[in-house]
Amino acid sequence: MELTGLFFYLVSLLILGGIYALLCLALNIQWGMGGLFNAGIAGFYGVGAYSSAILTTAASSKHLGGFSLPVPIGLLGAAVIAGLAGWAVARICVRLKSDYLAMASIGIAEILRLVIVNEDWLTNGSLGLSRIPRPFGDLATGRMSDVVFLGFVWVVVLLVYLASSRLYDSPWGRSLRAIRDNETSAAAAGKNVEKFRIQTFVIGCAVMGIAGGLSAHYFRFLSPTATDPLLVTFLVWVMLMAGGSGNNRGAILGALSIWTLWSVTEIFTNRLPPEWATRSSFIRMLLVGLLLQVVLQKFRAGLLPEKSPPVKFRKEETGSGG
Amino acid sequence: MIEFINFYLFPALTIGSIYALGAVGISMIFGILRFAHFAHGDLMTLGTYGILAAAAVMPVNPLLLIPFGMALTIVSALFVDRYFYQPLRSLPTIYTVISSFGIALVFRSVIQLVWGSENQVFSSGVKPPLVLFDTIRVSVLHLQAIVATAVIAVLLHFFLTMTRTGRSMRAVADDPELAEVSGLDTAKVVRWTWIIGAALAAVAGAFAALNTSAHPNLGWNLLLPMFAAAILGGIGKPMGAMAGGFIIGLAEELSSYHWIGDEALISPSYKTAVAFICMIALLIFRPQGLFKGRLL
Repeated sequence: MELTGLFFYLVSLLILGGIYALLCLALNIQWGMGGLFNAGIAGFYGVGAYSSAILTTAASSKHLGGFSLPVPIGLLGAAVIAGLAGWAVARICVRLKSDYLAMASIGIAEILRLVIVNEDWLTNGSLGLSRIPRPFGDLATGRMSDVVFLGFVWVVVLLVYLASSRLYDSPWGRSLRAIRDNETSAAAAGKNVEKFRIQTFVIGCAVMGIAGGLSAHYFRFLSPTATDPLLVTFLVWVMLMAGGSGNNRGAILGALSIWTLWSVTEIFTNRLPPEWATRSSFIRMLLVGLLLQVVLQKFRAGLLPEKSPPVKFRKEETGSGG
Repeated sequence: MIEFINFYLFPALTIGSIYALGAVGISMIFGILRFAHFAHGDLMTLGTYGILAAAAVMPVNPLLLIPFGMALTIVSALFVDRYFYQPLRSLPTIYTVISSFGIALVFRSVIQLVWGSENQVFSSGVKPPLVLFDTIRVSVLHLQAIVATAVIAVLLHFFLTMTRTGRSMRAVADDPELAEVSGLDTAKVVRWTWIIGAALAAVAGAFAALNTSAHPNLGWNLLLPMFAAAILGGIGKPMGAMAGGFIIGLAEELSSYHWIGDEALISPSYKTAVAFICMIALLIFRPQGLFKGRLL
């Protein structure tokens, strides 16, 4: 019994860890590769979660829906709609400098949250959406469906990881890093800075949307509390800084280690006397805040620092020189 | 008309005063230390709870206890600057911004640990409003907030124009490199920036909590409008931030007045979005603000 309990604890830990890994990979594309300070992760995550939920749930009089589409289509929809939201935001804000972009993106995330809370016809307001289906729902039932879902989440993580590693190594990623490190010289070299930034922002937001969609299918229930900036935006920033921004593997490692730290402390704090147990989430929040300070001061590069791939030349070009 | 003044204009000026007081600190920190201080709202909350703690021991008018809140915010701000922001000073400022993100979390969790996360009120019961000229009814608190802000604005103006420290602060805000080479004591300027910013944050927090109630998210909810006010007034211009605070407060409150027909112009549930939209529009079209602040 003890062992099966532990097993399913591990499963839920890894499912949420996988969702955070996606958010971290997405932020790594925007911040790690492109240097875009997106502080509105929760907003795009929320857009994705609601999009996928609305597309896949059965008809209900309480909210927009009734499309009953398969989950993968829902997730695709989440990526497209969150990406479109990201495009609209990027068109307006992407030229802003880092501090200003942070303010603007928090503002946009908060506006998206206000829309989610207030537009009852669309999202059922604070009551939320329920009976959101899971992918391969008929393959397994009960707790075993968690295991199936775990596999599904990590397949998505793997696909996104492979895609973003490819992006990082590609000429596109190289130009992006050039812009991040020295915008003026990249522009002088003929790179269209704004176009690159919009693309980066959109790709990142689409991945954040997928992460949001996955969380909606995991919990099967969605309400505005899911888009709490503390758990979505802040925690993801800490994860990426701790894991190593600019490094995709670092992003996944950071997500998993910080998420494990966050969850495991819950086990200990639950054993505290009741008057302290209710405050345990504040202690954890305090520790996360302090951990970020330690990371920023002592190991700024993170667990896995960024390693730019060496520039490879084709044989013919290097061959003649020696 | 009277309805407009009583139920829209005075509350708008009150919320404007709160934004104005908070925005001065944000504007000066942005101008002098050159980073967006995301923990300023939570510094404000800390001040509020400091006053609340003092009020639990001393049952007097909470306004008299504001110095206790100020002491708490000033000490916290100086501590955080010394141990968390200063080590990052030589790096690109974005690291300090990320750090201030974390400090916001730390402040909020400390508040929740010490005081819990429930709403707390300073004084219960309904206070009768002050009646002026038989028709204008204004709550005492609103009047206090507006008058206090006006007094602080005058004092701040004199501090910045008359005293040596104030003048060096303005010099650093206008041109840090020039101020440095002309031998101004930058450390002292930084210290005074935190002292003034934190003290005014405590006052703003007190009025915000008295206006509604004290809760751990109090300051965080006010942060974006305060940024909007600071940008509107021009970064590094304290008097601009004051004006910006009032403009944003008025825009936010008056957007739900029924200007056309009987319906509110914008549903009151989207009131805060008005301030955010003002901020985003400003960032895009006029980041130097109305009063020719510096563009960072």
